[in-house]
Amino acid sequence: MAQYAILIYEAAARGTADEHEEHADDLLRSGAMVAAFGLQPSAMATTVSRDTITDGPFVDAKEVVAGFCIIEAPDLDAALKIARENPAARHGGSVEVRPVRGGVVVPPSA
Amino acid sequence: MPDRAAVEAAITDAHRREWAQVLAATVRVARSVDLAEECTQDAYAAALESWVDDGVPQNPAAWLTTTAKRRAIDALRREQTLRAKLPLLLEPEKGVEDMVIDTPRNPPGEDPEDVVPDEPLRLIFMCCHPALSQEAQLALTLRLVCGLPTSDIARLLLVPESTAAARITRAKKKIAVARIPFRVPRPAELPDRLRAVLGVIHLVFTTGHTAPTGASLVRGDLVDRALHLTRMLRALMPDEAEVLGLLALILVTDARRATRTDADGRLLRLEEQDRSQWDRAAIVEAHDLIVPGLRGGHTGRYLLQAAIAALHAEAPTYEETDWPQLVALYDRLLATWPSPVVALNRAVAVSMASGPEAALPLVDQLGTDGGLAHYSYLPAVRADLLCRLGRADEAATAYRQALELTQNEAERVFLAGRLAALGGVAPLGGSLAGRLADVVPRSGTAAQDVSRLP
Repeated sequence: MAQYAILIYEAAARGTADEHEEHADDLLRSGAMVAAFGLQPSAMATTVSRDTITDGPFVDAKEVVAGFCIIEAPDLDAALKIARENPAARHGGSVEVRPVRGGVVVPPSA
Repeated sequence: MPDRAAVEAAITDAHRREWAQVLAATVRVARSVDLAEECTQDAYAAALESWVDDGVPQNPAAWLTTTAKRRAIDALRREQTLRAKLPLLLEPEKGVEDMVIDTPRNPPGEDPEDVVPDEPLRLIFMCCHPALSQEAQLALTLRLVCGLPTSDIARLLLVPESTAAARITRAKKKIAVARIPFRVPRPAELPDRLRAVLGVIHLVFTTGHTAPTGASLVRGDLVDRALHLTRMLRALMPDEAEVLGLLALILVTDARRATRTDADGRLLRLEEQDRSQWDRAAIVEAHDLIVPGLRGGHTGRYLLQAAIAALHAEAPTYEETDWPQLVALYDRLLATWPSPVVALNRAVAVSMASGPEAALPLVDQLGTDGGLAHYSYLPAVRADLLCRLGRADEAATAYRQALELTQNEAERVFLAGRLAALGGVAPLGGSLAGRLADVVPRSGTAAQDVSRLP
């Protein structure tokens, strides 16, 4: 099995919050879900470099990530199949699938 | 003992025919494209010595497959031993090099000489996976399926060798890192995935049929590769209508190869070509593929393109081409494949069926719709129609636009010749139609079968 990030960009984000939650529940039930996060709009972002702090998202990024989830799948075809079921993709937007190089998820403390 | 030349010929033949089979079978054992490729190359190298000594084996593919697989197994064992000996120095990157390979239909432990027929198919589908760019798919297919060295691929695709090498390396890396599987797609995915495969093979063909740059119009080696790939695909998927359609299209289009330019490399229009020189066997083979497809109600784009080309090829003379039937076929093609290039070709057929005055508004419309802004055929067709309408000044302007847009030397010479001829007052005879439509025929053929369809 391998891990993939499914990235949803603001410009291509589609689907209601309910639909996204339902999709996340499906992934949890199937065992494919590793982690999932939705982010506040990029207008709420603050960009930090060594010397400066500026309002808004990183300016060179043409697109801004709205949310992402990490899934586990046996191969790229299986990951793409899951990505296609994402509400953003189903409703005319798109999502990006990227293999995960490494990372850690801290389980929530009880 | 066979002489060396005979052995070399046998190896060349086995390379051309069996490379994909040997490599695909080895991938399953090696679980890495790079290792499988290395072992397959080693096997072909080893064949030279061995076959000179022992004779060419009865089944060269089986000999090569067994040899390549053994080398892969040996290499994996050596690696395991090394890892066991140096546990602290080596940090195996689990999961990255291991390829995703479906359990074969034949159980493991089978006779290694046993050939799994769909293995080359897995290789083709892996190379043409939509997660790879089409440029990468193309380079990778030529490399892994055709077994061409990078230098040849660079030469065929007219890119620097470093560019071709980088494309191949990046594609192989993505296959490993993103885990693009070595597998024939499931039935639900098959139509889309097959379309990508056919698209790559068709691109190999069109790149060879009208080379985008360079001195000669046709690059026969690329055309031959495309034909070989399509025949291979047909053997593997004999029931896929679009595979048969693509095979027919390549056959019928390439049947005119010998007559498309004169001895000086000058482009000849369809009406100037010597029809007696067209490859009748290829035309007949294509015909026999097209007719059952059309009768079966298939409307795939390659089949319809093949039917169009066949209608041209089977016309006894240019004048006797069934232009109204061609327009009807283009209508069907446009429904299957709504592309401005198809619409432009349809306009050319309309000009022959109903006159240039009927076609000019269609071409002008395509010009304003955009999408063909850099396509040299649009002003070339327009120039031709204007010329036939006796509007020489406007025709000259359009020929100049076309000249600015083409990089192929044979096409440039052709267009410059047309432009120069406009200096004379008499309207030019003939048209560009034959050049655009790729064609061939006997009388009473695909066209009649088309007209019988509902």
